[in-house]
Amino acid sequence: MPAAPVRSIGLQFDQVDKRYGAVYALRNLTLSIAAGECMAIAGRNGSGKTTLLRVAAQLVRPTRGSISFCGGTGHPKPQIGFVGHSTMVYDELTAAENLIFFAKLQGVAEAKTWADELLREVGLEDRKDSLVRTFSRGMRQRVAIARALLAQPSLLLFDEPATGLDAESNAWLTEHVRKLRDTRCTILMSLHGESPMARLATRAVRLEGGSVIADTQRGAMFQSIFAAAGC
Amino acid sequence: MALLSKAAVLLGKEVRTEFRSRELLSTTIVFVLVVVVVFSFTFDPTTNESRRFGPGLLWMAFLFAASLMLQPCFLREQVNDTLSALRLAVSDPFAIFLAKISANTLFLLLTELLMLPVFAALFNVSFAAQLPGILLTFFLGSLGISVVGTALAVISAQARMRELLLPLLLLPLLTPILVVSTEVTIRLMQPEPYMEWKGIGLMAGFDVVFLTVLWLFGEYLLEE
Repeated sequence: MPAAPVRSIGLQFDQVDKRYGAVYALRNLTLSIAAGECMAIAGRNGSGKTTLLRVAAQLVRPTRGSISFCGGTGHPKPQIGFVGHSTMVYDELTAAENLIFFAKLQGVAEAKTWADELLREVGLEDRKDSLVRTFSRGMRQRVAIARALLAQPSLLLFDEPATGLDAESNAWLTEHVRKLRDTRCTILMSLHGESPMARLATRAVRLEGGSVIADTQRGAMFQSIFAAAGC
Repeated sequence: MALLSKAAVLLGKEVRTEFRSRELLSTTIVFVLVVVVVFSFTFDPTTNESRRFGPGLLWMAFLFAASLMLQPCFLREQVNDTLSALRLAVSDPFAIFLAKISANTLFLLLTELLMLPVFAALFNVSFAAQLPGILLTFFLGSLGISVVGTALAVISAQARMRELLLPLLLLPLLTPILVVSTEVTIRLMQPEPYMEWKGIGLMAGFDVVFLTVLWLFGEYLLEE
């Protein structure tokens, strides 16, 4: 079971634009996400899902507008766990070396013990000393999730985390996100369509052209968010 | 202290991955070796000619080797988007630059030290007595190349014509430190060698200025 986050945080997008040249990835986006909320973001390719998550992670600076965090430790840079399209781990290092390295960078106490525990949690204890480049896509994704959980983040961002995973790995991932959601960790996940993970969300938004065009809590309209996204 | 400890962790990773793959070191060592050997057989210089032209050839070889080494230092972070993971993990992005600069300087110095006896043998020059001065010159010169090169590597990694961009930007910016490094090395290889402290001061100044610029503006260079 993943450890509970230190303190979950909420975040607020306030009239955010992100432009790449003449193309708007996000356009006048205003969105409020409460602490402990599990939000699914749906939309077609190029609708701005990834940019929204990268702006939330402070990896991309908005062209206009701002994002702010509420709750948590009050630190200007809160602990954020990010699982993206890429694994964000080093192929030339072993699974354990990767986790110990990132744990030390994030100032985690007893990095080795915590890394071992996380590797056990994600089912990679037996392969912890194998180079990541020898892993399957599903195993790499498990390492990526362990890396994202290292600092017990207050906010978890998943960018189409099930891409390339087989049914078994997908089921494992869904179960894992369910456990995280139950610890009241704030979760934002972009999904490319109706999936088991979508059913974990307590709220769903649909993006089109970088703007939110539908926003609904779990209920009758919920599934339509994913269906209407045409994905 | 936090900055230095994070940079040390990052440097440890750089060294570990490099010594595991040996991609950069083997490439640069072979490249410098080929250049030094080709130059020595092409010119077949006398000892006096070697003292005058050798340092220039040596620094030219180091520069091209460095451009080979610097190119992948941020490109490798793009393969699995590990640069984003690093940016999320460290609060001060200068730690990333500090580690990359230290690693590049270390690898470049290692290449230079391995080439020094080869150069001495092929060009028939002896500078054993001036080794401390040579090492100081190599260190300051390599640091300057690494500081500027690391900054330009991160810029070029995000550009479309990245393979062309780095050498194009690198050569003009490094001209001052290359000229000074060569001059200082020439003085150290004379029959009556002496340390040109003014040159050492200029090299140190160059390093400090570019390190400060990187410290002030590095965060913007890492942004997407």
